[in-house]
Amino acid sequence: MRASMRVEPSPAMPELRRVIGDGEGHPDGEVTGLDDAGLLALHRSMVLLRTYDERSLTYHRQGRIGTYAIFWGTEAIQAGSVHALDEVDWVFPSYRESAIGLLRGMAPATILAWWRGHPAGWWDPRERRVASICVPIATHVPHAAGLAWGLRLRGERGCAVCYFGDGATSEGAFHEGANFAAVMDAPLVLLCNNNQWAISTPLAAQTRAAALADKAAGYGMPGVRVDGGDVLAVYDATRQAVERARAGEGPTLIEAVTYRMAPHATADDPSLYIDEARVEEERRSECVARYEGYLRRRGLLTDELAEAARADALAAMREGIAAAEALPAPDPALVFDTAYADPPAQLVAERAELLRLLSEDGR
Amino acid sequence: MKTLVEAVNDGLHTEMERDPSVMVMGEDVGILGGVFRATAGLRERFGSDRCVDTPLAEAGILGTAVGLAMAGFRPVCEMQYDAFSYPCLDQLICHVGRYRWRTGGAMEFPITVRMPYGGRVRAPELHDDSPEAYYVHTPGIKVAIPSTPADAKGLLAAAIRDADPVVVLEPKLIYRTARGEVPEGEHVVPLGSARVARQGTDVTVVAYGAMVAVAEAAAERADASVEVLDLRSLKPLDEGALLESVGKTGRAVVVAEAPRVAGFAAEVAAVLAEKAILDLRGPVVRVTGYDVPYPYWTIEDAYLPSPERVLAALDKVMAF
Ligand SMILES: Cc1ncc(C[n+]2csc(CCOP(=O)(O)OP(=O)(O)O)c2C)c(N)n1
Ligand SMILES: [Mg+2]
Repeated sequence: MRASMRVEPSPAMPELRRVIGDGEGHPDGEVTGLDDAGLLALHRSMVLLRTYDERSLTYHRQGRIGTYAIFWGTEAIQAGSVHALDEVDWVFPSYRESAIGLLRGMAPATILAWWRGHPAGWWDPRERRVASICVPIATHVPHAAGLAWGLRLRGERGCAVCYFGDGATSEGAFHEGANFAAVMDAPLVLLCNNNQWAISTPLAAQTRAAALADKAAGYGMPGVRVDGGDVLAVYDATRQAVERARAGEGPTLIEAVTYRMAPHATADDPSLYIDEARVEEERRSECVARYEGYLRRRGLLTDELAEAARADALAAMREGIAAAEALPAPDPALVFDTAYADPPAQLVAERAELLRLLSEDGR
Repeated sequence: MKTLVEAVNDGLHTEMERDPSVMVMGEDVGILGGVFRATAGLRERFGSDRCVDTPLAEAGILGTAVGLAMAGFRPVCEMQYDAFSYPCLDQLICHVGRYRWRTGGAMEFPITVRMPYGGRVRAPELHDDSPEAYYVHTPGIKVAIPSTPADAKGLLAAAIRDADPVVVLEPKLIYRTARGEVPEGEHVVPLGSARVARQGTDVTVVAYGAMVAVAEAAAERADASVEVLDLRSLKPLDEGALLESVGKTGRAVVVAEAPRVAGFAAEVAAVLAEKAILDLRGPVVRVTGYDVPYPYWTIEDAYLPSPERVLAALDKVMAF
């Protein structure tokens, strides 16, 4: 009977959490876990990411790096979450968080080398507990679930954060990873950068869910919706999710709501599908300035400190691009050298043959 | 004159015009017209029900295409890039290639899957793969790979009209650099017909996709008289053309950018070993990528078959 098939209306849109006020009607909130030094360190991280991103776009235009996935405007999501972690915790970036290793002390040259197609851009994930940059959408979600599950099995204290976009929630790999994490009580934070676009596909064409955070209910985990432009809201939500994870209560899905404020990547022409006026409007309320306003209202940030953060970040980038450009051209032998621990004999022979041919060419 | 990607676009327009059951679906194929603009203008002309921006889910795209085919449509699915097609392999192997068989031949699954493939485009990881072997190896699936604009249009039309599922791999390296005359209106290049791209008498170089130009460049510089055979269709394979050419030259080199082990070049070599052993005056030599993940782009040129590597293979075969 049709009547018995009636489903309950979907839950009301979960509240969008904010901490930072607007300096006018909405007052600033507080978060636990960050003292004044912590608040300023968070600012420096955001500025570092912002500077990395802006310089990278310039380097791309100058032909010094290849295609680049711009993340301008999402520094709050990246820095806010990483600052809620300990060093023992793992980070699983997508291409959109390519530079997140900077917040773990990775050299800018390493990441610039990645975007230059140079092997120096590939790192050992264990060194900083930063997994490799994941290019195929959502395929790293099960990896993060497995890593987190493994940490629990080993009785270690760490947890993992996995970054992905709104579009990624349509992939089977997202679903499978999220469900595994829940079933295995994996200490995982699933952090969705909902910038409301997957290249040219708007969120409305991606899902009928009112909020991506609602998907969490289907996995039996909490879903939290935060303002992705509010670094303290992201920090706070991540801190709480990490607390749950460490207490053995399993994963949390955090939806950080933002808007894509730049082309998908350098090769993209968004004028074909996006309302540029909307983008401009979003850019005016970008996250770094919002946080700086907060810090100034609290009397923490001075012009000198802000200037120093920028100058230091710029110097790191100048040094980084110089170091990346100074790297010698990679040895073609590297084509063969890292795929197997014990390469098949046929491959070893092919390696020798190619290197002989290349050296004859060079003569 | 059209570029290869313009010819694909032309072919889609023509086939959608011709047959209202043809629909195009994939990530960003609608409003954007595809990241390579292969589907530009289709949504404006045929509407958003026939040129569909799908959710970001390759298994979902191909899986729903199976159902759409059951409902009477001829879906043309775009996979945004070679390596991003891998989530669809589950559907392809378990269902697309088997459903007709499963119905005792009663039902047709006229699904087309098209995607840009191949390397040397200086892109980040997984934008460079040559996955043809996965597709060719799947029973029930046909595979075509054009190397010219005219063939890009004609093979795509053949794929869309075919009663069986066909995967068309489009060499993205030459999407905009390959230019040529493309017949106006309906143009079909039947599957299973190879093309002699260059006549020669001493040795046959078998190639497809972007490797045809590499074979031709080597042929220009070779001392021997080189025939270049552009397969155009991997399954069905034009064995007649292959055996005829090698029957004439007595020697064969096969060029493919995919990894060597169990790649399509091995299939060509096996056919020659089985059916042309008495014609062969030397070993069939493969010039291919290697059994490693496609390398980062500063060293991708070392991985890819080059005219130099083809010339070295030609020397080897000629000296045998
Ligand atoms: C499996 C897979 N399919 C397609 C692509 C091509 N692609 C790259 S980014 C992208 C859109 C991703 O959107 P979203 O998940 O919202 O992340 P965003 O780029 O907006 O950060 C697509 C379709 C891919 N990288 N991997
Ligand atoms: Mg997005």
